[in-house]
Amino acid sequence: MKIAVASGKGGTGKTLVAANLASVLSKDVSTTLVDCDVEEPNLHLFFPSPVTTADVTVPMPVFDPEACNHCGKCAEFCRYGAISVLPNRILFFPELCHSCGGCMLVCPNGAIREEPVRIGIVTTSHPSNRLTLVTGILDEGQSHATPIIRAAKEMGGSSDLIVFDAAPGTTCSVVETVTDCDACILVTESTPFGLHDLSLAYEVMKLLNVPSGVVINRSDGEDAEVLAFCRSHGLSVLLTIPFDRGIAAVQNRGELISRKDRAWEEMFAELYARCRTLVGVHE
Amino acid sequence: MRICITSQGETLEAPVEERFGRAPYFIFVESETGSFEAIENPFARGAGGVGPKAAQFIINHNVGILISGMVGGNAREVLEAAGIAMFTSRSAGTVKAALEQLKGNILERSEQQ
Repeated sequence: MKIAVASGKGGTGKTLVAANLASVLSKDVSTTLVDCDVEEPNLHLFFPSPVTTADVTVPMPVFDPEACNHCGKCAEFCRYGAISVLPNRILFFPELCHSCGGCMLVCPNGAIREEPVRIGIVTTSHPSNRLTLVTGILDEGQSHATPIIRAAKEMGGSSDLIVFDAAPGTTCSVVETVTDCDACILVTESTPFGLHDLSLAYEVMKLLNVPSGVVINRSDGEDAEVLAFCRSHGLSVLLTIPFDRGIAAVQNRGELISRKDRAWEEMFAELYARCRTLVGVHE
Repeated sequence: MRICITSQGETLEAPVEERFGRAPYFIFVESETGSFEAIENPFARGAGGVGPKAAQFIINHNVGILISGMVGGNAREVLEAAGIAMFTSRSAGTVKAALEQLKGNILERSEQQ
């Protein structure tokens, strides 16, 4: 089972949910936790452990000035504007290139070849017996997160239970993370911003055909608007976490509430059971 | 010399458009004869990379001088490499007025932001 944790709005508690869920599940079953928030990964803070590192590269075109006759076909083909061809020069903008390889295919002179360029890394660690943590990290200054997410998801392999922590928002990064997942947990908070972005994230899950449910975090007990939204869209509320200084303190020390408190351990186990129900698996 | 002015409309009376890559129209003027042609910018609604693509477009039209508002980094690099002189018009005036200012030598050279 593959479960994504997404939110729309940033700072709602995706990482809290993903970390506690994976930690609880890994007590009984081999679990992989994948940090797909590659621009700002932070799950490792909760699971300090030695890592092994692998580079992530993408192919980028290299131009042979001898073979190029400046016909401009590559620039014409590139829908991202990454190549400009002048009568006596070629300009290439790597930050605009999506590594599609099209320029190489349309070049009639064989003047373009591809070379791998590093854009980030994926680290793997084993914080406990049955828990594997995979973290995608985009290099500073790089703009394309999705190849790193793809690499991190591949590194996560095909273990029976994988939890993916998505980036905030509803961008390509989130789509890349959630695609092929069996269920998605949408973490929100009872604020107008939380609800607004929850509705956007919900639309994305609908388009991707991934069943989703909601976790309300930092609830002050007045969640009427979020609850009304969930009701009218057929979304179940999987878990409600109260606005509580004690929880924040545990989290801020890099610890997990499910390890500190047996009641939370049970609630995160129940969260998993509810995710299974979302997918249509009944105990 | 062919001059390109980014424009909000198809005539010399139209206001100068301050955006380069997303300008609705490019107006190409022949400085010797004063004749002009307005061409719709095919990249105005593009998703990304419109700067360099628009730059390539006006280079392919053999332009020597560009009058626009802000020209972004990538487009600027392409235009500079092609030796196109860039001028800034920010007075929200018409294309015609910008051309007069260019002739009168009172248009500012466009500098990197």
